[in-house]
Amino acid sequence: MNLIEANHIEKSFGSLQVLRDISMHVAEGEVVAIIGPSGSGKSTFLRCLTQLETADRGEITICGKQMMRTENGKAVFADPKTLQEIILCAGLVFQNFNLFPHRSVLQNVSDAPVRVLNIPRAQAEQTARDLLDKMNLANRADYYPCQLSGGQQQRVAIARALALNPRVLFFDEPTSALDPELTGEILHVIRQLADEHMTMVVVTHEMAFARDVADRVIFMDDGVIVEQGRPEEIFGGAHNERTRAFLSRFAQN
Amino acid sequence: MEFIESFSGMNANAFLAMIPNMLVGCWQVIQIFLLTVLFAVPLGFLVALGRISRYKILSGVIRIYQLIVRGTPLMLQLMFCMYAPSFLFGLTPHRFAACIIAFVVNYAAYFGEIFRSGIQSIPQGQYEAGKVLGYTKTQVFFLIVLPQVVKRVIPPTGSEFMVLVKDTALAQIIAQPQLFDIAIKTAAKNVSITPYIAAGIFYLIMSAVVEFAFKKLESKLDYYR
Repeated sequence: MNLIEANHIEKSFGSLQVLRDISMHVAEGEVVAIIGPSGSGKSTFLRCLTQLETADRGEITICGKQMMRTENGKAVFADPKTLQEIILCAGLVFQNFNLFPHRSVLQNVSDAPVRVLNIPRAQAEQTARDLLDKMNLANRADYYPCQLSGGQQQRVAIARALALNPRVLFFDEPTSALDPELTGEILHVIRQLADEHMTMVVVTHEMAFARDVADRVIFMDDGVIVEQGRPEEIFGGAHNERTRAFLSRFAQN
Repeated sequence: MEFIESFSGMNANAFLAMIPNMLVGCWQVIQIFLLTVLFAVPLGFLVALGRISRYKILSGVIRIYQLIVRGTPLMLQLMFCMYAPSFLFGLTPHRFAACIIAFVVNYAAYFGEIFRSGIQSIPQGQYEAGKVLGYTKTQVFFLIVLPQVVKRVIPPTGSEFMVLVKDTALAQIIAQPQLFDIAIKTAAKNVSITPYIAAGIFYLIMSAVVEFAFKKLESKLDYYR
């Protein structure tokens, strides 16, 4: 079953067309890596799927619920209740974490389940502690974000997203704000989630990670999906010239 | 007694009578201060919200209000509140009420600007994180944004509170009794500058209390950045 179905997504900022006819499907349990140069529209696409941006045209269905469709060339969005259900079905991990600085680690992870899902606080805190334990942060529950390293903050952010028990998790360049050592921590966590068959879409510049963890790699450039396939196909010998040029530039670095 | 007279240059009895008078003046200052704060802070919050509102007309009106209030002397605004009603409508306002209205309208404009910059200084990512976690817009504002705004606006708000303590002296222009009025009258009667110095010390003490309270508040919120 497809948890994400996006068809013919178009998005412009003013006269700049950022997404041109993007279609992508993600099956339950699949890990998809989206790679591509900066400004290719990867993040914008993810932000359209998570309702942080509104696509101009196209159809998006997430967790079996239609989020938007296009009628007579105009985008039509689902009712607020459905949109909220879709938000809760999909989690998002940001490049710069966006933890709540005034809340302790435990509160960051447990507050949304209490306020949004009306789960009793004690139960939400227990779940939060279990998740923090899984992230190797059990002893940081009472710290504040500013007392943590970037890698620890990002792991809290992942725990926070998981606390709502989403069926799919989006990552928007989760390691771009981290040094190589801390990057490893995060990739380890994502790999662990992949082993548990969590459905994930990861926008990343970590090619080695995309090759090792993803079931499918999508190469985007200039607002279109240039090529997609199994990692060994893309990294082994991409058909498209642009993909090859991009990957060889990475190999040189 | 002789000691008092030699250091104050005033008649000892006059000096001793001045102190309780000045304490009354301080109490009048505190009344103006507290009432202004009580009304101007919540009003300033609404001004800030109106100023960043999507409704262009509302934010435009608020902006003009802030321009007028911040662009004219408070002393003039006090006179306007006190004397304009009798010229325009033929009724004489209650002196203390006119004084409070002028201070509230004036300070709400400044607080509005402080709170607006505080609200706008919160990164967009905080709103986005709140949204993807399923919080409603109201929850995002009150649970995530506002607590961080409070921390950021405390230093400039404290500074404004200290200015207010001293600005109460401007109420002199509409003959509202307060500390400065007592200083002027006592000085004139005794031909001495000692009352001015005494009044200065009282203003300083009240300002110091405000400063201390805000430093305390700041350190209370020091647990996060």
